[in-house]
Amino acid sequence: MSFEMFLQHCFNALTLGSLYALIAIGYTMVYGILRLINFAHGDILMVGAYFIFFGTFAFGWPWGVAAIISIAAAGVLGVLIDRVAYRPLRDAPRISALISAIAMSFFIESVAVVVFTGQPRPVLQPEWLTNAWQIGNLRITHLAAFVPGMTIVLVCILLYIVYKTRPGLAMRAISKDIETTRLLGVRVDNIIALTFGLGSALAAAAGIMWALRYPQVHPYMGVMPGLKAFIAAVFGGIGSIEGAVLGGLALGFVEIMAVAFMPELSGYRDAFAFLLLVLVLLVKPTGLLGERMEEKI
Amino acid sequence: MLEIKDLHVRYGGIRAVQGVSMSIPHGSIVTLIGANGAGKSSIIRSVAGLNKTITGQIDFRRHQGEQAVSLLGLKPEDMVRQGIALSPEGRRILPHLTVRENLLLGAYFRNDKAGIDADMEWVYSLFPRLQERSWQKGGTLSGGEQQMLAVGRALMSRPDLLMLDEPSLGLAPLLVREIFEIIKKINQDGKTVLLVEQNAFAALSIASYAYILEVGRVVLEGPGRELLENPRVKEAYLGG
Repeated sequence: MSFEMFLQHCFNALTLGSLYALIAIGYTMVYGILRLINFAHGDILMVGAYFIFFGTFAFGWPWGVAAIISIAAAGVLGVLIDRVAYRPLRDAPRISALISAIAMSFFIESVAVVVFTGQPRPVLQPEWLTNAWQIGNLRITHLAAFVPGMTIVLVCILLYIVYKTRPGLAMRAISKDIETTRLLGVRVDNIIALTFGLGSALAAAAGIMWALRYPQVHPYMGVMPGLKAFIAAVFGGIGSIEGAVLGGLALGFVEIMAVAFMPELSGYRDAFAFLLLVLVLLVKPTGLLGERMEEKI
Repeated sequence: MLEIKDLHVRYGGIRAVQGVSMSIPHGSIVTLIGANGAGKSSIIRSVAGLNKTITGQIDFRRHQGEQAVSLLGLKPEDMVRQGIALSPEGRRILPHLTVRENLLLGAYFRNDKAGIDADMEWVYSLFPRLQERSWQKGGTLSGGEQQMLAVGRALMSRPDLLMLDEPSLGLAPLLVREIFEIIKKINQDGKTVLLVEQNAFAALSIASYAYILEVGRVVLEGPGRELLENPRVKEAYLGG
């Protein structure tokens, strides 16, 4: 493999890894607070992608405006999902919430099939993203720079909220001890809603960029990225935001490089991610940056 | 300040508290003494809104001469807004947050930045060691320091009623004395204190009034000094 080829693959891996990272953050934040795997998370990605499709295509909004509205709307959807599917089950056994999450996922997908039809639809790629820089044999689309760049911006905003603001402080407190945090005057349900909102907004951002990269949307487009990002979150150490980012990037590289170096195995591309999951669970179940989580009372 | 009337607490089939009445006047230190399982924590947790299956009356009057409000049905997160703070049993420090963050969390619902800063200064003056360690993670503190942090954190909500659940638990005798000196000082600074303790001697020494609980009922009550001299108390709680 030529060095240029290798660099090309690196850029691909970085783009894919960034998207996994953005989605994985939502899983990890919700898990950190509620010990719940939000199976509907991947579907929020899909809804976000449809929002931008309709925003740009049907309503003719400028791309940036449509993106911001889509992200905000997906955030609201995340809050709504928590309100109807998870909050009523807060005191129920954890398995109930998990089942509710699976149901929510199927529900959103089914509604999407009914409303949007199962037909994949092409997504408009703005010209400024499809242009490319040509350096020797290396061709880097603006999108390949835009996705990691956008990811860095979004992750920095998120880290600022989590580590520098008051709601962020409450979030970090809740992840360790809900009862004590309530005693200190924190309205826990509001903070949980905020967590869902932020996670869903990031998933929608990822969904929009996903739709740009594989320029189409369809009702099941969130399933595979969702599963893989979940693996990334486990790999990085579920509950840790930094871990989710690291896990996402790592998974992107594993997937792209495995196929790049062993093209005959390209049909097994998705299998690599799951193989990674099995290995992590066998060798280091807490993941790269995770700590052991004690069961909360 | 706080009036509890005929309080019953149930956990499933267990009746942890069976008809307890007590009164905590403004400016006092009232202590609840009893062995493990006597129902002390159940009472204090009921006041804090952490028990849902309770009957009876819990009325609170933040300032003297005000209309009393019922605390029944209020959520734990409402209590600090009413002026009641609890330093829970086992300290419950957030180990991954810094000392400063733990304290700030105690003032979570407040918006008066100047007041929060002033209270932080006050807490640091009560517990100078917390100031030295303000950037350390809560989990790295010693047991005594964690207890100080738990009390300081409760004070950050600027409560009028401070409830302490077993502050002496697991501490060396010297530290116990230090903590109780500080509780006295907090009381002199104008806070009413409700103190739940197993360490009867230390608690009775600083309490203006005390209730002794056995299996969910008050069996004895009186001013702290008097109970210290009471032969029955001496035998059962003070080691003869």
